[in-house]
Amino acid sequence: MTSATAVENPGRKVQAQIGTPMFAALATGVAVLFYVALALIGNEYLYFSGYVVLQFVVMATAWNILGGYCGYVNFGSAAFFAMGAYSTVCIYSIGTEYARSGVGKILGAIPPPVLVPLLIAFAGIIAGLVGLGMGYLTLRLRGVFFSIATLALSVVLQTLVVNWDFVGGSRGAYVIRPNEFPLLPGGFIAYLFVLMLLLVVVALTLARGIERSRLGFGFTAIRDDELAAEAAGVPTLRLKLIATTVSGALMGMAGASFPYYIGYLQPNSAFGLEYAVNAIAMPMVGGTQSWVGPLVGALLLGSFQQWATVTISSVLNLLIVGLVLIFFVIVAPNGIVGLVREWRRKRVLRKAVRP
Amino acid sequence: MIAPLLHVTGLSKRFGGFVALNDVSLQVAPGERLGLIGPNGSGKSTLVNCMSGTLVNDRGRVQFDGRVLDGLPPHRRAYLGLARSFQLPRPFSSLSVRDNMRIPLLYTAAVRAGRQRAENEIRERTEELLRVVGLIDKADARPIDLTQVDMRKLELARAMAADPKLLIADEAMAGLSNAEVDDILGLLMRLNAQGISIILIEHIMKAVMAFSQRLVVLVSGNKIADGAPSEVIRNDHVVRAYLGQ
Ligand SMILES: Nc1ncnc2c1ncn2[C@@H]1O[C@H](COP(=O)(O)OP(=O)(O)OP(=O)(O)O)[C@@H](O)[C@H]1O
Ligand SMILES: [Mg+2]
Repeated sequence: MTSATAVENPGRKVQAQIGTPMFAALATGVAVLFYVALALIGNEYLYFSGYVVLQFVVMATAWNILGGYCGYVNFGSAAFFAMGAYSTVCIYSIGTEYARSGVGKILGAIPPPVLVPLLIAFAGIIAGLVGLGMGYLTLRLRGVFFSIATLALSVVLQTLVVNWDFVGGSRGAYVIRPNEFPLLPGGFIAYLFVLMLLLVVVALTLARGIERSRLGFGFTAIRDDELAAEAAGVPTLRLKLIATTVSGALMGMAGASFPYYIGYLQPNSAFGLEYAVNAIAMPMVGGTQSWVGPLVGALLLGSFQQWATVTISSVLNLLIVGLVLIFFVIVAPNGIVGLVREWRRKRVLRKAVRP
Repeated sequence: MIAPLLHVTGLSKRFGGFVALNDVSLQVAPGERLGLIGPNGSGKSTLVNCMSGTLVNDRGRVQFDGRVLDGLPPHRRAYLGLARSFQLPRPFSSLSVRDNMRIPLLYTAAVRAGRQRAENEIRERTEELLRVVGLIDKADARPIDLTQVDMRKLELARAMAADPKLLIADEAMAGLSNAEVDDILGLLMRLNAQGISIILIEHIMKAVMAFSQRLVVLVSGNKIADGAPSEVIRNDHVVRAYLGQ
């Protein structure tokens, strides 16, 4: 009996020994190794596809903070991603359209390698604020009504962008990506890849930090039973607003460098169904209860999609992702991480029975 | 006379056209043990929900410790020292029993004490409370593996973890064996001896009579009696409407 309880969550004890700064350092180390490996292979295509996979790691992790930890399913992830992308287009356009005077002159003069990180931070602020606003408007809704509201937000924003000529309207907008980047082999695309890698480290550290904190326990209480959470003293509305803000900000940041990556941004690609679907599917497939789940799900599904786009077809991609999602929802609702935990628990139990 | 800890005046609550509470007034003195009884559906839980902020009353006022609670969300009321258990247990299902206790300790108890407990203090306090309600052996179990009776104990332990001034136990003893009822009663008495006021909602008359210093009777949302237990159960209205059947 005691052995059964002791192995309830084998990972936890080990995990508890690694503090957040240490984790951040380790994650950075892994990220550096990852980059060095790609640089040694030296194939530019790897940066292009790696960037997309990493971008999905951030999206999935961001979605999970609200969807996995708090239990509020956001269908509007694409809107936050697009918000990040369009905040970049907006600033970029100010820099090119009004290059002769005032703010435009200053913006136009900032070299792209410096500008892009600033744009990522700016997108985080904008998308975070919109997340906060969306929270205020929708968080009194529960369950499926909340989800429908987030979907509506997505439609509203897309309509706005399509009708806003300054950021290209329905035609789309060009953002010129410089070819070269002096410090890194692999050029500017390698730089974008590195920035995204950094964002992955930030997102994972944040998600893991939340999980182990008072805030994270509050989130779990909200997900399990909101009335009981309130009765136990959890300020549910405030915590949910924190979740929508952080989640929205990270998604916006994931989208901020996308216009540079793609070169020509259209509303249809920024608000693409793939973002909304993947942001949900990846955490669900990986497992929503911990930061590992979205990472695993995004790496697997993201890499698969990169491979499938080349070998099968980009149209079938989402269909397959959808089928995988349905499979997991029905068969393994705790995702891959849940399956592994269960398997480890059983193995330890079996060992405990026959020593 | 000392000011009451809890002062409910003219509380009314409707669900659609159905009147669940009709102009209910009620006081609880500091350190008092109040029994609240009434037939099924008489509005006891609704009263608890209105007092703790889970439901919003249509009319009337709730004062607690000298403050008007109108408009305060449940967590703010908890911070003031008003704790309740739910009649139908509402555990945090993905957390172990131990971690269920962590929520009120991290939030209400921390706010009330004005400081956050260290990790080892949280463990000690959790184990102390679980031992008191008799759940220590199941500290690492998931709520789903608990019996209904154990879930009630968890409800009670979670409410106690909030370090309340007033504890409202909504049928914490339903389904318990005689020995267990005595255990919980003893536990509530000990809490009360520490100065915590308690409202006990219960159908087990033996327990209510043994516990209560005063008895309030609700019938169809109306308060029909309020006084010394021995007198209240002899009251004609009570006998006819409730006990007599
Ligand atoms: N949320 C709700 N919506 C509609 N009706 C409700 C709601 N909550 C309670 N009621 C009704 O109000 C009445 C009072 O319910 P309440 O739960 O307060 O009774 P109670 O005295 O606690 O009963 P019991 O002894 O069975 O717990 C019941 O008729 C119940 O059906
Ligand atoms: Mg009831």
